Amino acid sequence: MTIIKTNNLTKKFGKFTALNQVNLEVNEGEVYGFIGPNGAGKSTTIRLLLGMMKATEGEAKIFGLDAWKDAVDIHKRIAYVPGDVHLWPNLTGGEVIDLFIKLRGDGNKSRREEMIERFKLDPSKKCRTYSKGNRQKVALVAAFASDADLYILDEPTSGLDPLMERVFQECVIAAKNDGKSILLSSHILSEVEKLCDRVGIIREGKMIETGTLGDLRHLTRTNLLVETKLPIIGLSELKGVYSIEVKNRTFSFQVDSEYLDSIVRHVSQFGIVRLESAPPTLEDLFMRHYEGVGGAF
Amino acid sequence: MSKKLYRHTGVLVRFLLSQNRLRIPIWIIALVLITFSTASSFSELYQTPEERQAIAQTMLNPAMTAMVGYSNGLDNYTNGAMMAHQMLLFTAIAVAIMSILLVARHTRTEEEDGQIEMIRSFPVGRLSNLSATVLMVGVTNVLLALVTGFGLYILGIESMDLEGSLIYGAGLGATGIFFAAITAVFAQLSENSRGTIGLSFAFLVLAYLIRAVGDVGNETLSWFSPLGILINAEVYVHNYWSPIILLVGLAILLISIALYLNAIRDLDAGFIPSKPGRTNASSLLQTPIGLALRIQRTGLIAWAIGMLLLGASYGSVLGDLESFFKDVELMEALIKPVEGFTLTEQFMPMLMTVMAMFCTVPTLLVVFKLKGEEKKNHTEHLLSRVVSRSRTMGSYFIISIIVSFGMLLLAVVGLWSASVAVMEDAISFSTMFSAAMVYLPAMWTMIGLSILLIGLFPQFSGFTWLYFVYSFVVVYLGGLLQFPDWMSKLSPYGHIPHLPVEEMDFMPVSILAIIAIVLIIVGFATYNRRDILG
Ligand SMILES: Nc1ncnc2c1ncn2[C@@H]1O[C@H](COP(=O)(O)OP(=O)(O)O)[C@@H](O)[C@H]1O
Ligand SMILES: [Mg+2]
Repeated sequence: MTIIKTNNLTKKFGKFTALNQVNLEVNEGEVYGFIGPNGAGKSTTIRLLLGMMKATEGEAKIFGLDAWKDAVDIHKRIAYVPGDVHLWPNLTGGEVIDLFIKLRGDGNKSRREEMIERFKLDPSKKCRTYSKGNRQKVALVAAFASDADLYILDEPTSGLDPLMERVFQECVIAAKNDGKSILLSSHILSEVEKLCDRVGIIREGKMIETGTLGDLRHLTRTNLLVETKLPIIGLSELKGVYSIEVKNRTFSFQVDSEYLDSIVRHVSQFGIVRLESAPPTLEDLFMRHYEGVGGAF
Repeated sequence: MSKKLYRHTGVLVRFLLSQNRLRIPIWIIALVLITFSTASSFSELYQTPEERQAIAQTMLNPAMTAMVGYSNGLDNYTNGAMMAHQMLLFTAIAVAIMSILLVARHTRTEEEDGQIEMIRSFPVGRLSNLSATVLMVGVTNVLLALVTGFGLYILGIESMDLEGSLIYGAGLGATGIFFAAITAVFAQLSENSRGTIGLSFAFLVLAYLIRAVGDVGNETLSWFSPLGILINAEVYVHNYWSPIILLVGLAILLISIALYLNAIRDLDAGFIPSKPGRTNASSLLQTPIGLALRIQRTGLIAWAIGMLLLGASYGSVLGDLESFFKDVELMEALIKPVEGFTLTEQFMPMLMTVMAMFCTVPTLLVVFKLKGEEKKNHTEHLLSRVVSRSRTMGSYFIISIIVSFGMLLLAVVGLWSASVAVMEDAISFSTMFSAAMVYLPAMWTMIGLSILLIGLFPQFSGFTWLYFVYSFVVVYLGGLLQFPDWMSKLSPYGHIPHLPVEEMDFMPVSILAIIAIVLIIVGFATYNRRDILG
């Protein structure tokens, strides 16, 4: 069943087109990664989905209801965490969490305590003293303490340290195992890779790719850096190897993910001293995408 | 559908009330105390009709009418008529300010800051926050109206009957509700909180000026100002309910407009389009003082226009005042003319005090911008680069000094140009100029106090405003309310020689300037040493 479905969703701010005919589909029980660089239109899409803005053209449906007209009914089953959480400076984190739980009308005490514990939040402090990460934790605690069917998370980890990011990932996985659907936006490809079943990639207001990460393999290249005992011969003749740079006996190059296996086999003949790999970045992916469609920027 | 637009309004009202559990009672208690204490002090000060009638005589001139409002009760100046004439308008303005600040804070400010986005992500109606805010401020005003109304009656002052007292309270409440409503509309139109507050205050000043001009010359004009409508209730004289009902009716209309606009617009959007900014910083912007100036530019321009208008509207009254004095020779006998000065000249010091006080507001706003920027963590950006703290604070300080002079100059220019147009026997520009500029040391003392507090006790720097309001009340109303002399001596404005009527006295002025310098030096020193807050 589709939980979120947009149909040629378009949003203009004056003459500026922030979103251009976006089609997005999130199915029940899946974690959907919504990826794009800063200013691509992720937050705008999410605000349209939440009924905070009205689409210029096209429509957005959640649970089959209209995102603008039926916002209240939709929100009864949604939890939202924005990238930049702003709270009331003179209330404590605990008070805010209680308000949020009250406004949603579900969520229970023990879940609340458990989440506060897991995110290591001090709920007795005033929000004015919280760092960005701590304010984000308040929203995350309220979100995961609730019993929503759909979680909309807009760059929710941008202020969290790696330890808390792990906790966050566990919470997402737990929610998924409970059959919930999750829309997770990010500008870092590797961040959503671990969690997402499918991804959609947006750039300058247009969806440019959607599919499982497997489907997108043809677009991703891993960056390798190899130092060997003997000089590597015949690397440039191998399929799926790009932009080789050599410094002494250190080779750095890009590898098409589908050829990774054969390339590593080839290289290992020369006695590997050091091997470093960096995950594909969003920029690499865009390069590949536009190469694929004829380099039309 | 429409019911869903308001879902959870009740929860939000309770939330807002708990957030304001201190702020609202403080406003109400302060307003009520001022009302009760003036009412009883009037009844003690002027016990016989003769004494009151003498006061009525001094009120019987266009300058007074412009300032405090028109009254039909001057022939029979009872305690009630006196209270309604001299206090209702000013108290109503204070109530309007309360409503403006409360509404702006919980609508556009919270939307701009991002709290409303969180609220709206819950199953909460699109209009719930606006209606909850209006309800909260409405409840506050109703409460204020009831406490004031019944309280004034219970004081048991002769001529202050139940109906009059209730209308007095209701007038304050209705004004508050009206200004809550107009602020709610501006919060939809403007897309930021400064714009919302700026437009609302501009509307308040305009309402005061339209009423002033209308009360002096054209009765119909006063009906175009909410404050003019309020005066027409003729509290304790004729006790008309209809102006009160009109105010509330207009408020309901405005609230409906605000709700409609809110329902059709996007979150964070307004109806007054904002211009796209420049892509590159101009060379001026690249200095700390340029930045400080740039971020306040619009506000300062608005204030500058406001000061010019304020001066001009006082100036336009001077003509009426002059002919009034010519007509009524009796007045000349009543107010002892000071040798060698026209009666209009004798009104100069009072006008100058008021104008200096108004000009102090933008001056202090400039200094407090420094603290606002610090609170928003913007100061960090400057300090973490190569800009020293003294230079940062110095930028705001220099601008505030320039603003203190510039605003006063504009007010004088407005006053003088309008007075030349309407007076036969015009007062010279240099007389007006020096009568105004002599207030600069008092304004600088206020700058000094705010800089000292920002350096030494940033949490308590808001005290400056409290002190300012105190100064306004004792110096401006002190004469009317016959406060003891030492009360106005506690304010820097109380020490300024009353040019042109009095001789120039350099002593108090120099002492004030020295105090200002000391405060400023200590403020800079402590600002350099303390932690930057965020
Ligand atoms: N209220 C608005 N008015 C004008 N332009 C906007 C508004 N909101 C967003 N934009 C523009 O739309 C584009 C997409 O922004 P956004 O959705 O926030 O991007 P992302 O979340 O992917 O970083 C950006 O270029 C941004 O400047
Ligand atoms: Mg974003």
